[in-house]
Amino acid sequence: MGIISRGFQGRSRETDSRLPPGQFLTQDFPVLSYGPTPRVSTDEWKFTIRTETGAVHSWDWEQMMALPTEDIDTDIHCVTRWSKYDTNWRGVSLDTLLEDVESTHEFVMAHSYGGYTTNLPLDDITDGKAWIAFQYDGEPLEPEHGGPARLLIPHLYFWKSAKWVRGLEMQADDEPGFWEQNGYHLYGDPWLEQRYW
Amino acid sequence: MVGWKVGVVAESRSETPSGRSIILEVPGWGGNIAGQHLDARVTAPDGYQAVRAYSIATSGDGDRIQLGVDRVQGGEVSPYLVDDLQVGDALEVKGPLGGWFVWKPEHTQSVQLIGGGSGVVPLMAMIRSHRATQSAVPFRLLYSARSEEHTFFRDELAQSSPALDVTLLYTRQAPDGWPRAAGRVTKEDLVATTFPADISPSVFVCGPTPFVEAVASTLVELGHHPLMVKTERFGG
Repeated sequence: MGIISRGFQGRSRETDSRLPPGQFLTQDFPVLSYGPTPRVSTDEWKFTIRTETGAVHSWDWEQMMALPTEDIDTDIHCVTRWSKYDTNWRGVSLDTLLEDVESTHEFVMAHSYGGYTTNLPLDDITDGKAWIAFQYDGEPLEPEHGGPARLLIPHLYFWKSAKWVRGLEMQADDEPGFWEQNGYHLYGDPWLEQRYW
Repeated sequence: MVGWKVGVVAESRSETPSGRSIILEVPGWGGNIAGQHLDARVTAPDGYQAVRAYSIATSGDGDRIQLGVDRVQGGEVSPYLVDDLQVGDALEVKGPLGGWFVWKPEHTQSVQLIGGGSGVVPLMAMIRSHRATQSAVPFRLLYSARSEEHTFFRDELAQSSPALDVTLLYTRQAPDGWPRAAGRVTKEDLVATTFPADISPSVFVCGPTPFVEAVASTLVELGHHPLMVKTERFGG
């Protein structure tokens, strides 16, 4: 327990097992990004997976929309300490996209329109844990929240759910992405409070 | 990353009707870069804790730091910091945090700062760093506040400073005789008062999300390269 701040009472003491340590619940949907919001039209949008052999798997918007979709109802947790419960998304599972991808590498770098990157272990984006999401609450995903499509990896802090995603690159080592080079944790488990270096 | 450090309030000053600047003495802080933020933790007598992030208005070496805090309606921590915290009280801080939204004196590119409301806080750290190092790098600040009384660091910003140009815009109420009517920052304001894209200034935009969205998008329209426009957003 830290030192007591005189006069601070705080709010509810209800323990909530859904809320990771150090988080608070919000009804809003705050926006976090390091620069201007890129405007990417679905006409030019493309999603690409590259492997160490040079193999390239890619989908344009129409091809992505033709894949089986899933509805995801999940809590999300931002490293800036807000959590939001019961968010509703629709997207394509990365299991579907990775089905025909052959690689011996165990990590990926996600790349976004606008230059953002974030690193992930392959194990964290397979087996029903990650999606390319393009709808939020039944509506097309807004640009501020990563539209037309973003990663959705709800078991990690939300900076890992890269907005404006345009591809994955398989990588041999867990090289750090953008925020990971700028002070954030390499992995980002909200339940372990892996916020910063 | 280092752990929590105790900060004792050395000074606290009302800046606006809803905002306050708080100077903390944090033994072992060790300094920070202009633009960085910290996590502040407050603890109730029964051990309950709450943590929020706040921008730092100061930079450089030393263990004395200044925060600028705006009261969030219905918030849990900011009303306490703004309304209750007094000189001599203690809280804990962790940091400094953030390696992107920062300015260092060795950066030679012209700098355009654009702040909305309490979003001026990290920009103030950059202005102070610029001033303290007697930097010749051209600096401009465009600051949008609700009204004159809602302007953080009003007196300090009114002082002239070499190589710094300050423009104040008011969204709700402009002072009598002010050359521009009250209103939100427009494309015309940006054209008239900020560095143009063709000199490739380094741009820092901080404020509430709708403000930052609007300003950053307009800057890109005006030809600024997106990677030259660094943003920090707060609020829902």
